[in-house]
This record gives sequence, structure tokens and C-alpha cells, in this order.
Amino acid sequence: MIAERYINAVVLLGLLVVPSYALMVDEPFTITLATRAVVLALAAVGLNIALGTGGLVSLGHAVFFGLGGYAMGILAFHAQTYAPLSLGIFEIGGTKSMPIIWLVAIVVSALAALAIGLLSLRTSGVYFIMITLAFGQMFYYFAISWSAYGGEDGLSIYLRNDFPGLNTLQPMPFFGLCLALLCLALILHWRLLLSPFGLALNAARQAPQRVETVGLNPMRLRLVAFVISGAVTGLAGALFADLNRFVSPTMFSWQLSGELIVLIIIGGVGRLFGPVLGAILFVVLEHWLGAVTDFWHVWLGVILLLIVLFARGGLLGLLTGKEGPHV
Amino acid sequence: MSDAVLSTKNLVKTFGALKAIDDVSVDLRPGEIHAIIGPNGAGKSTLIAQIAGALRPDAGSVWMGDRDVTRLDTSARARLGLGRTFQISALAMEDTVLENVLLGALGHSGKPWRLFRKVHADAELRARAMAALERVQLADATHTRTSALSHGLRRQLEVAVALTLNPRAFVMDEPMAGLGAEGSKVMTGFLDGLRQEAPILLIEHDMDAVFALADRISVLVYGQVIASGTVDDIRRSAEVRRAYLGEDA
Amino acid sequence: MSTLLLIEQILNGLQFGVMLFLMSAGLTLIFGVMGLINLAHGSLYMVGAFAAAAVAGATGSFLLALITALAAAATAGALVEIVVIRRLYRATHLDQVLATFALILIFSEGTRWVFGSFPLFLDIPDALSGPVSLPGGIKYPLYRLALIGIGILVALGLWWLTARTRLGIQIRAGENDREMIAALGVDISRLYTIVFALGAALAGLAGALVGAIQSVQIGMGEPVLILAFVVIVIGGIGSIKGAFVGALLVGLTDTLGGIFLPELFKLFMETDAATQTGSALASMAVYILMSLVLIWRPTGLFGARA
Repeated sequence: MIAERYINAVVLLGLLVVPSYALMVDEPFTITLATRAVVLALAAVGLNIALGTGGLVSLGHAVFFGLGGYAMGILAFHAQTYAPLSLGIFEIGGTKSMPIIWLVAIVVSALAALAIGLLSLRTSGVYFIMITLAFGQMFYYFAISWSAYGGEDGLSIYLRNDFPGLNTLQPMPFFGLCLALLCLALILHWRLLLSPFGLALNAARQAPQRVETVGLNPMRLRLVAFVISGAVTGLAGALFADLNRFVSPTMFSWQLSGELIVLIIIGGVGRLFGPVLGAILFVVLEHWLGAVTDFWHVWLGVILLLIVLFARGGLLGLLTGKEGPHV
Repeated sequence: MSDAVLSTKNLVKTFGALKAIDDVSVDLRPGEIHAIIGPNGAGKSTLIAQIAGALRPDAGSVWMGDRDVTRLDTSARARLGLGRTFQISALAMEDTVLENVLLGALGHSGKPWRLFRKVHADAELRARAMAALERVQLADATHTRTSALSHGLRRQLEVAVALTLNPRAFVMDEPMAGLGAEGSKVMTGFLDGLRQEAPILLIEHDMDAVFALADRISVLVYGQVIASGTVDDIRRSAEVRRAYLGEDA
Repeated sequence: MSTLLLIEQILNGLQFGVMLFLMSAGLTLIFGVMGLINLAHGSLYMVGAFAAAAVAGATGSFLLALITALAAAATAGALVEIVVIRRLYRATHLDQVLATFALILIFSEGTRWVFGSFPLFLDIPDALSGPVSLPGGIKYPLYRLALIGIGILVALGLWWLTARTRLGIQIRAGENDREMIAALGVDISRLYTIVFALGAALAGLAGALVGAIQSVQIGMGEPVLILAFVVIVIGGIGSIKGAFVGALLVGLTDTLGGIFLPELFKLFMETDAATQTGSALASMAVYILMSLVLIWRPTGLFGARA
């Protein structure tokens, strides 16, 4: 059995080496695939904070992914059409600047997570799952019916947004940005796990009555975790939109929420690198199986079923021989 | 009565047609161990849940000192100094022993919101946690995963977590449950010394322990306190023998 | 806004509501009895619709199509229960979500494999086609009226089944205490298979019935499934009565909201903006309804406390 930190190091190294090699042999599509994996991993790292550490089975995290995506889409849309964005009493211009877009994406998804969390964390267990799913659907239909920003057709952004000092139009610098943000999110999750907050959140998942009897409020712990989680997934949404230069209501779809959970499970739930490994595996499967058969989702379903029934710890569980936390 | 650290006044709780707790008033005074005994289904768990704040009473009130805490939730009562242990261990099983007591220390400090400091590096939390572990003789098991502890050691850890809170009153739900003779003896000796620090409301089935420890005993049958007094009073009470032991007096 | 239109829309809402009830009844029963959250319930709805469309296409008989839909969904349900679901009763909710999500992937892509990506069509039978005149001069499609009737009949049948039959007693006992009824000699795993197949059959029936007014296509089950979740969250998980009330509430809210909210906004906004805002809000109306119910009662209208 292999120690988890070696696997993590290999995964990180792989994320540096493979795209660099692709750059050398001029295979930009591989870099795009790697970027896709990294961005999905970032979204899943966000979810993993709520799901793996907090035990909150959110089947509506696409809300934050979509909000991040539309934050990018709307700001860039106004920048490319030179039409000011009206916010009721005042107007602002759009922007093509990634740092500003990221900030907006983070703030908007954090606020949404706060509102959704306040409502849905009143419940637990299966109610929580269904309610988060329902909120996801609510945003999905809202995006479809909101024709000002493309409705069902979505919004196309012609040029990738800018980052000071980098040529983001080339795949490699953009990949680098995404990877850097993923690393930051992983550091965030890691530090949270070591912090007093992480200790309490972890305990609230395993023994909520215990947390109450020492004078802490599990619901507040979960709410903070949910907000941080939503913010990270929202940031990933903004990057995903920039990767595709396109946003549409499918970013809000419940399938996406389901897939984010799937990423975490195939990698290893509650483990720092579980979502990263899961996302890489998912993109590789999608690409390879997708080339072999049009029906690759059947095989994804079968693999997923086998993992749930026979390999609870996901890939990291298999490799390290340890099951990992229970959710 | 006025010096009671913890008391209930005329508590009532019904579940459907069943009166689980029927007009119960008990109190806990400084320095004492007050045992609540009674047959299965007498309402002991319901009583403790209401005292701890996990269950809202239908009528009556719960007091900590001269403060009415009836409307406060479990965590607020804990912050006011109520240290509760569970009948079935409620511990974070995937975490280490130390992490479980650190959680208690964290609750006592009231500072769970530091997101980026390492909890293990906080000397104050750690000192409080280790002190509690030493008192229940678990210092050797600091880094053991809780799920790997024996049942008896888990009971001790339960008590250790309550200790980290420096409570003004302990409420213990069957701390001897499942302990062997040896374990019960160790726990009895430990609780005996603890009462000077904070009084203990003790719910217990182990009668040897109860008679060895209690300053006062209240007998709960069908949701009502049918007798309350010293160990000798209870031993002598014909009513208790009749109701509790099913004997003809 | 005329009264006629209002009545017509209320009937549409009821029709949508009773179809949601067919979905929700199975979901809530399965959750109540076995503690299982089944995302693949929408796939069984799809199976019913595809089975009906295929049989109707081949034989031209709507009745035969309905019977096949019921049988196909029940069989698929029983099969899935025996092969997969049975292993999940003691699993965490997360595992249940994932395994049933996997089943959706397998069912959806499997159906695409067999039937291709194009939607199928199921025609309304001649005997039920065309409008019917109601008192007050309202003309309303007979088929939709029949759907309302079938829904109410199924609701009554379910009530009878759970309240009056031996199976119903076992089901209710199973909700309360698994070990107890096992001790009384009831074959639990057979009971679970039957309940699951029953829920599946209801979903399949709904799929086939709705298939005649919408197109039969891959992924048709999931939007309905999620609305059914909203229904049982509103009604209280495990309660068939709750599912019925919740389904009608959701059906009416969704239908009437879509028509009347844009009209409402036209009273004080420009037409374009009103249509935009109204329809956007209408698309969220059922979820807002759900939030309000939850703020009021976190376990739903007829849910158990705690």
C-alpha cells in the first residue's frame, strides 16, 4: 500500500508534466483536456469541503458553478457589447479582467450559498439532499427563462478574458492560472482541516450531539462550511466558462451536481486529493471511452455502481488500503 | 432549594397518550451526587434530554442556579456550564482521543471560528485537553483512533470531554453502562472525587455504584418521582420496594 | 382574464398534479418503508413511456400499451431492487444517491442504445381524443380529464391498499419497525421487492399516460422526478396523503403561475418586462412554495416530527 502523500505528489507532478509535454510536442488539445480536469477538480474540491468534511450531501452545487459561470458571462458580455450593466439605481460597465470576475463569482456564490444554506440546513438527511436538488432546479429554470442573457441558448464570449501579464489566449498560461487556483483551494481545504473550525466541523459530521454538548452550534459550523464550499465551486464555474468561452443553463443542471459528487467518490470522499484524482479519471474516461463508444455514460454508471458497492474509499481508498472518512 | 446549581420545576412531557415525565421537580446542590434511579421506561432518558436541552418540555422549567434555561438550546446550556455525558458514547469515532477532548476545550474557549490556525499548535487548548485526559488516565492513548478504544475507555473519554468544559454541574447518563466489575470500580472512585469540583446528577442502573456514591437518591417510576432522600431513606422506603422491586411490603 | 380560462387552467393544474402524484406516491412509499432515496425513479417513468410507445407503435392498441408499460416498469423495478437496491438499504444516503445516479446513467444511455436519440410519439386513443363539453360551456380535452380520473382512482386504490389490505398492514408495520415484522414471520425482502415494483409500476403508468401528451424521450423522467421530490418534501416524506396534497399544490402552482404571473406583472410593468419577469418568477414558483413550507414546517405538511 502506498502512503497518501506520495500519491498526492505524483498527481500534482502529473498535472505539471503532462501539459508541459503536450506543449513541447504541440498538442494543445491535451492541454485543454488537462485544464478541464483541473477546473472540474476545483469545483469538486469546493464540494468536498461541504460533503467530505461537513457531511453535507449537496445535490445542488451546480447552483454555485452556474452562478460563477454567469458572473463571468454577464460581465464579459457587457464588456464585449459596451452596454452598461444596470443594477437598479446605478450602472457599471462590464469587464474582461479575470481577477475582478473571479472576485464577483466568489462573492455571488458565497451569498447564494448563505441564503440556500440558511434554508436547507434547517433540515437534514434526505430532506437536505432533495432541497438542494430543488434549489439547483430553481436556478436552472430561472436561467432558461431569463432571455436577456440568452435564455436556453446561453451566452457566447468571443475572446477569453484577460489576466495582467499573461497571454490567456494561449492554452498553457490559462492552464497555469487554473492549476494555481486549484492549488490555492487545496491549501485552503488542508488548512481548514487542521484548524479549530475543521476539527469542530469534522466532529459535527460524526457526532452532532457531542458538538452541541460542548457548547458549539453544528448548524453554524455547517453553514460556514457550505458558504466556503459554494464560493470555491463558484470560482471554478467562472474558470469553466472562460475555458469554453460559453455559458448556458446546463451549468446549473442537476446532472452537473451529480457529476461533481461522482468525481469526489471515484477519487475518494473526504480526502484532500480525492476530487483531483476523480476529476482526472473522469476526464480521461470521458475522452477515451467517449472515443470508443457513444454510450460511455453506461460504463461510467457501471464503474460508479461498482465503486459504491465494493470500493467505498474510491481510487485513493484502493491505492492506500484505507477507507477514509465516512459520509 | 435556592442554592441548587441545577433544578427542574414541575416538568411535564407527554408522547401521545404516554406521560413520560409527570410533574418532576429535582435539584442538584453543590458538592453532592444526586442519583436518579428507576426501572426501564420510567422516563430517565426523557428527563435527562430535557435537562440537557435536547427535548422541549410541555410544561415546567429547567434552571441553572437562578437562571431559567428552559428556552435555551443544548449548546447554550453547555456554555452556561452543563457537562453532559451520553449513555451510548457520542464521540467522533474517526478522530483521535486527543481530538475529541480538543473539541471540548474548543467549546470551552468559545473560539471555533479560527479558520487558519492549527488547532494542535494552540498551547492553551492542548493543555486543557491533556489535563482532562490525564485525569481519566487516558494520557497514554492520546493519539489512538477513538474507534480503536475499548468500550470502557470510551466511557472514560466521554467523562474527559465533559471535564474540559469545567462545568458547574455534570449530568451523566449511565456512565457505568457496559463496564465490567473492575471498570465500574475505577469509574466509581473517579466520580467520588469529582463531586467536590462540580455536583453530579447521575442516572445509573448499577445499584452498587449508586449506593456507594449517592448523597441523595430520587426514584422515578412511570414518570413520577415516588421517593427522594438519602441512601438509607430509599433503602427503607416500602413504597420504593413495592414500586421498584415489585415486592409486597 | 375570463372564468373559462381560469377553469381550464385549474383543470390543467389538476391533471399535472395527479400525474405528479403517481410519481410521488412510489417515491414516498419507497422512502417511508425502506428508507431509500431513489433518484432512478424517473428512469422507471421513462421505461413506462418507452414501453408504451413501442407497443402502441407495433400493435396500435393503447390499452395493451398501458398494460405493457405497467408490466415493464414493475419488472424493471423488481429487477433493479433485487440486483442493486437491496444492497443499499443499510447504506448511507450518499451511497444511495450515487448508486441510483449510476442507475440513471445506465437506464438513459441504455434506452438511447436501444431506441436511438430521437423522440417517439404515442397517440391518444381515438376513444379518448377530442374535446368534451363541460357544464358552463367549457370545452376540455377528454384525455386530460381521463388522466385526472385515473389519478384519483389510483389515489383511492392506494388508500384502500394501505388501509385495508394485509399487504398494506405489512407496509405500515415495516415503516415503523423492520425487526418486529421480520420477527412476526413476514418475508421482508419479498415485501420490499413488492413495494419497489409497485412504486415502479405507478411511475411507469405515469410515464405512459403523459407520453401521449408529450414526446417520449431520453431524460424525460428527471425533471418530473425532481418535481416529485419537491412534492414529497412539501407533503412530508413517507406520507401518501402528503404526496397527494403536495402533488396538487405543486401542479396548480406551476400551471397557474406560468399563466397568471406574467399577467399580474403587466398590471404595473411594460409588457415585455412583465412577460420576462413573470415567466422567470413562474419557473421558480414551486421552489419558492417549497421554501415557504419548509420555513413553516421543516418536515413537511404531513411529515413526522423530529
